[in-house]
Amino acid sequence: MATSSLRRLRFGRLGCWVPRREFSTCDDKVVVQQNGKSMNLYSAINQALHIALETDPRAYVFGEDVGFGGVFRCTTGLADRFGKSRVFNTPLCEQGIVGFGIGLAAMGNRAIAEIQFADYIFPAFDQIVNEAAKFRYRSGNQFNCGGLTIRTPYGAVGHGGHYHSQSPEAFFCHVPGIKVIIPRSPQQAKGLLLSCIRDPNPVVFFEPKWLYRLAVEEVPEHDYMLPLSEAEVIREGRDITLVGWGAQLSIMEQACLDAEKEGISCELIDLKTLIPWDKETVEASVRKTGRLLISHEAPVTGGFGAEISASIVERCFLRLEAPVARVCGLDTPFPLVFEPFYMPTKNKILDAIKSTVNY
Amino acid sequence: MANWVIRSRTIVHHLHKKMGSLGILNLSSWNSTSNSFHSSSPTMPLGDNHGRPHAIFGDSATHFAVRRFKSTEAERESDAEYINQDGGDQALDFPGGKVEFTSEMNFITESADKRVPCYRVLDDNGEVIVSNNFVQVRKEVAIKMYSDMVTLQMMDNIFYEAQRQGRISFYLTTLGEEAINIGSAAALSADDLVLPQYREPGALLWRGFTLQEFANQCLGNKEDKGKARQMPIHYVSKKHNYFAVSSPIATQLPQAVGAAYSLKMEGKNACVATYIGDGGTSEGDFHAAMNFAAVLEAPIIFICRNNGWAISTPIEEQFRSDGIVVRGRAYGIRSIRVDGSDALAVLSAIRTAREMAISEQRPILVEALAYRVGHHSTSDDSTKYRSVNEIEYWKTARNPVNRFRKWIERNGWWCDKDETEHRSSVKKQLLQAIQIAEKTEKPSIEGLFSDVYDHLPSNLQEQEEQLRETIRSHPKDYPSDVPV
Repeated sequence: MATSSLRRLRFGRLGCWVPRREFSTCDDKVVVQQNGKSMNLYSAINQALHIALETDPRAYVFGEDVGFGGVFRCTTGLADRFGKSRVFNTPLCEQGIVGFGIGLAAMGNRAIAEIQFADYIFPAFDQIVNEAAKFRYRSGNQFNCGGLTIRTPYGAVGHGGHYHSQSPEAFFCHVPGIKVIIPRSPQQAKGLLLSCIRDPNPVVFFEPKWLYRLAVEEVPEHDYMLPLSEAEVIREGRDITLVGWGAQLSIMEQACLDAEKEGISCELIDLKTLIPWDKETVEASVRKTGRLLISHEAPVTGGFGAEISASIVERCFLRLEAPVARVCGLDTPFPLVFEPFYMPTKNKILDAIKSTVNY
Repeated sequence: MANWVIRSRTIVHHLHKKMGSLGILNLSSWNSTSNSFHSSSPTMPLGDNHGRPHAIFGDSATHFAVRRFKSTEAERESDAEYINQDGGDQALDFPGGKVEFTSEMNFITESADKRVPCYRVLDDNGEVIVSNNFVQVRKEVAIKMYSDMVTLQMMDNIFYEAQRQGRISFYLTTLGEEAINIGSAAALSADDLVLPQYREPGALLWRGFTLQEFANQCLGNKEDKGKARQMPIHYVSKKHNYFAVSSPIATQLPQAVGAAYSLKMEGKNACVATYIGDGGTSEGDFHAAMNFAAVLEAPIIFICRNNGWAISTPIEEQFRSDGIVVRGRAYGIRSIRVDGSDALAVLSAIRTAREMAISEQRPILVEALAYRVGHHSTSDDSTKYRSVNEIEYWKTARNPVNRFRKWIERNGWWCDKDETEHRSSVKKQLLQAIQIAEKTEKPSIEGLFSDVYDHLPSNLQEQEEQLRETIRSHPKDYPSDVPV
């Protein structure tokens, strides 16, 4: 029974605080900017899925409500184009979706599973952690589920409360055997998603839902892939290195612009792949600037920022001129009314930049 | 700011509960006239969209969506007319099919008056009790079935003893369930995939996995196909279409559905057989798999070994239903209960299940009743929670191997001499297999790092170098039999 229409809630009416949210963009050398078309992030995802299904007859897209286009419209048109045997709804059961995807992938298919919200991924945690991540290792490489890609929207949206806002990426960064990728913009999303789908390892691909419609940029029409486990310096600077991923980069970029007005030159890095992550790029930048700030929406304690901080202190201890700063979500459940207080906002970042530079 | 289309489970629940007797949701409360409604978020009619054309998106979608919202009342009326046309108040036209009305307030009973009977072919004396309602087995197949059951039993006994002597770190026997193991394996074809739980090594034995390979895995040497990464009895063999055993319970079930869906899409003349115990049916993954298999019409056989015990938990403390077989219907899955101590019954039921699964592209549930005669594992002493008499009864009076032997002897296919020869040959092979496995080197240290990913990422390269450095500094901290 299709109950998709019931599960959708228009959040616009609930939200009272609608902050300005930009998105971060930058030219990527890998992308040839030709025949580019202006599109938002969900359309870029949709285009990547079209290409994935078009270029591999053994690719499948499935999940809750994906048949009619998905609650965020990312799978629009796919079922019509590729048929209901390759693009289909599943029962409302995340552990079933991921388990099914593992089995499908283990047979040599590209299994592209959608978990409707990252907040709901936890019933599938066992399948991801104990099964997908260890599938190759435990079988001595006789079997693998490398064709599995789990797409899931994550992050704040202004009015999502506990269960439509979380950033659970750190849980998955503790799991050898999977890759965790988070894009920052439409162009990045398309290229990274295609890389994830074609990568021979299981991947959890977190999509910044705040940017689905908000982020619009030129996206090349052709089939292109962006490398995994490669961070990118999206803004060069001298005084401090800022590291982030996904939607948070836009906030960090605004902080960089404001800091610049005060004479502080910030270098901004998009990590893109959280595991296995590109320590070298971050290390090289911190060696240059001598300062590091990490920012993410997830709670600060045990967040992936802690891992970056520890690793960079290990590698750059003598070069650091100030403690590593973390501007992150608070250690509370993700709040509703208090969301503006919870968030690692531009001014929190700006203050941390200034105090780190002036340490 | 764009509208965010987001699901709320609370609201779904609420709305489900509030659905009126006509089965139509009044959507007008969703503020259909609001111009903030996003054009590209059409609302599908509540119902089975498989049988109906999908809405076309794009510009027309806008109109569709808005019209849909505005015309809720009109639709209600037209639906009502539809019901009246087809017999008025006798039936409710509900998504999924018509439901008849009744004026009697009858609660469905929690269980049937009689327990679901158990299909068997051989009685306790190994005599065929039905004449034609089972799969005929050729002499060669029958002998292989019997020999493999004996081999499995002997492997269990000898490996169990080896564990007790400290030569193997852990073991888990299949005693009491030999007929389920071998009967089900014999019913399948080599192309069928097996996603095991962990008490089905017989299915692998049947397919040609050698005693040496079993020993290599249990000893964790470099010849182990799983590269000595898993505990004993976690076998894997790609060559035999046997997926790696995984300790977590029931996780293989939804994966098996995914694999079966692949077979379906490839149009293969094969199915997936996946195993689970009685305890495993309480896991969420069991539910997930049954439901997915039914909805996605996957060619799969769920073989539930109901052996009465999940470690120390008896089935009365596991579920209240009449076992597992009755659950099939709730999911829309055809199911059968079979005597798991009767290899012929198991073979017949699963062979038939296989034919239906493939020709009709549907899942089948088979519940086999047998008894876990052994302890749960070498870490368990089952006499602490169940009576020795009970164990003894199943071990002797209901022994599946003895029963099958009576049948093949009655057919004149087996005699005492065959028995003696087979047992002595298997014993020799097993002792030799353990000795060879013990002498075979452990895998080298690089196997610790490989296969986490398809390629070694830089963090693992770094950790491998560091570890090798540490081993050089403190060689005595590490086992000397692992080559560095």
